Amino acid sequence: MSEKEALLSVHDLKKHFAVSGGIFSREVDRVYAVDGVSFDIAAGETLGLVGESGCGKSTTGRCILRLIEPSSGEVWFKGTDVRKMDGTALRALRRDMQIIFQDPYASLNPRLTVGAIVGEALTIHNLAKSRREHEDRVVQLLETVGLQPDHLRRFPHEFSGGQRQRIGIARALAVEPKLIVCDEPVSALDVSIQAQVINLLEDLQEKFGLTYLFIAHDLSVVEHISTRIAVMYLGRVVEIAPSRELYDTPLHPYSEALLSAVPIPDPTVKRQRIMLQGDVPNPIRPPSGCHFHTRCPIAKPDCATRVPELRESKPGHWVSCHYRG
Amino acid sequence: MAEPLLDIQGLKTWFKTDDGLVRAVDGVDLRIDRGETVGVVGESGCGKTVTARSVLKLIDMPPGRFEAGRILWQGRDLIPLDDAEMNKIRSREIAIIFQEPMTSLNPVYSVGEQIAEVIELHQNLSRKQALVGAADMLKLVNIPNPERRVHDYPHQFSGGMRQRVMIAMALSCQPKLLIADEPTTALDVTIQAQILELMQEMKERFGMAIMLITHAMGVVAETAQRVVVMYAGKVVEEAPVGALFGNPRHPYTQGLIRSIPRVDRSAGQQARLESIPGTVPSLLDPPPGCRFAARCKYAMEICTQAIPPLKEVAPGHKVACVL
Repeated sequence: MSEKEALLSVHDLKKHFAVSGGIFSREVDRVYAVDGVSFDIAAGETLGLVGESGCGKSTTGRCILRLIEPSSGEVWFKGTDVRKMDGTALRALRRDMQIIFQDPYASLNPRLTVGAIVGEALTIHNLAKSRREHEDRVVQLLETVGLQPDHLRRFPHEFSGGQRQRIGIARALAVEPKLIVCDEPVSALDVSIQAQVINLLEDLQEKFGLTYLFIAHDLSVVEHISTRIAVMYLGRVVEIAPSRELYDTPLHPYSEALLSAVPIPDPTVKRQRIMLQGDVPNPIRPPSGCHFHTRCPIAKPDCATRVPELRESKPGHWVSCHYRG
Repeated sequence: MAEPLLDIQGLKTWFKTDDGLVRAVDGVDLRIDRGETVGVVGESGCGKTVTARSVLKLIDMPPGRFEAGRILWQGRDLIPLDDAEMNKIRSREIAIIFQEPMTSLNPVYSVGEQIAEVIELHQNLSRKQALVGAADMLKLVNIPNPERRVHDYPHQFSGGMRQRVMIAMALSCQPKLLIADEPTTALDVTIQAQILELMQEMKERFGMAIMLITHAMGVVAETAQRVVVMYAGKVVEEAPVGALFGNPRHPYTQGLIRSIPRVDRSAGQQARLESIPGTVPSLLDPPPGCRFAARCKYAMEICTQAIPPLKEVAPGHKVACVL
């Protein structure tokens, strides 16, 4: 995909966190949280970003919005480099790119009313000409996400988890963004409520032509909502493919194991499970070569020395493995 | 039928709070046979964890109290037992593992000491013998270098390894029943698969029964033989695993199963998830009649008047619904 078609294009994004220690808080180590991530998202599509805890998926999402400053790499949004933006340009960018967080309890200010939370961005970006218009717009947003107009004057603690997540979505929608980074938006919710929020996100995408970067560890949810999926392992993307194709024919041994580990809610389905040995290694000292070689069932000696490139194995299906694809 | 291992009858565990009486568990019947894995599923606040903790009497009283019911362990009611008598049953006969392995391990003792403590207390062994036993247990749950790791502290283990330690501790006295309260919820999916496999292996080895409490329907489908579905403090359906997923009868169970996206089905087959409207009712002042009525698409007038009893609709398949 060329940069022209892509709404968002990420090139070789890296984020290393310093681990300080010793008497003068010198940098003693580095966490390679995101270690060379590249992908594109086309307008109107949903790219799912999956991987286990600590793989760098949330850091990637936050680097794109520059909520965390990336260490290196490029982030192109509608043809401009997000990393070179400052003050005014960055504020304008935030109108186009929004985020929904995982924890609906921690991401809403408990001292503000729902109206103030949702309306804050309207004030910051001067999107309402009068108080009347401001309030009308907030009410409209609440209705869009399935809340009642009278919820306006209530505080977050009066709402359930699912309703709070709706408030978070209304807040993101207030500035009419083009791209929303959804960072584990349903992970904290019960299954029956999870389905409500997923359906809402899908409806909103259709209605407003939104583009999503959907970050989650629950593969069933990601498969359901995504057009394409990128699988991350220890700070790197190991595979990108159209959603269904990834599930039917995963190429990378890690994707394969990850998918086979998902429990299926149907006792009549029996599958061969690929059991991975050991734990995810520490991102402070990630394994050399291919990061996955320590747990990989098909690893050969050179996997420990050569870093595999992400290459296109079939049209639209990218994989980074020396021996697959 | 042989005497069940555990037979909970009409259990009501209520909590007195500043806002009023919370009917967390409100008349639950649950039976577990020897060597059987029973899944207890339901969403947050449905009373599944309180039911489990009631069995071991790990509920703080006050604010909690047993309002009614019996908990028969091999025919003997546990509710009147005092703490000393309960301690003979805890670990030795019924053991429990929790969701968050970090908070259930003591950070200032090595894991070996913590496992040895259990062995020492319940098997009348010396500290030295118990420590050897602890290393054996770590080996059993596939922790590499058990002789060395036995001296390590909880923070030196990863989440999955900590849950293995918890399992080692729980199994050290070879209990007849293991209560696993969301054992894999805090773990990544590949680690979850490892832990579920380990539990299965241990079950076959020791022939113990497992009460698996979880909100993950997938986990239940793959591990349990029988499933009990709870909603707002009550059991709404109980069935063998095949019948529960193949022919769910209660509208709540049906909604729960249909609301989960399935990896093994293409999006085209499942364009839209079925969701259950509304939210779980408050247990402070539960609605009269069926507690699911307000969210149920089949609800009729009668549903809001009387609580439907759990009726057997097919062998081993019980449903609490007027339909």
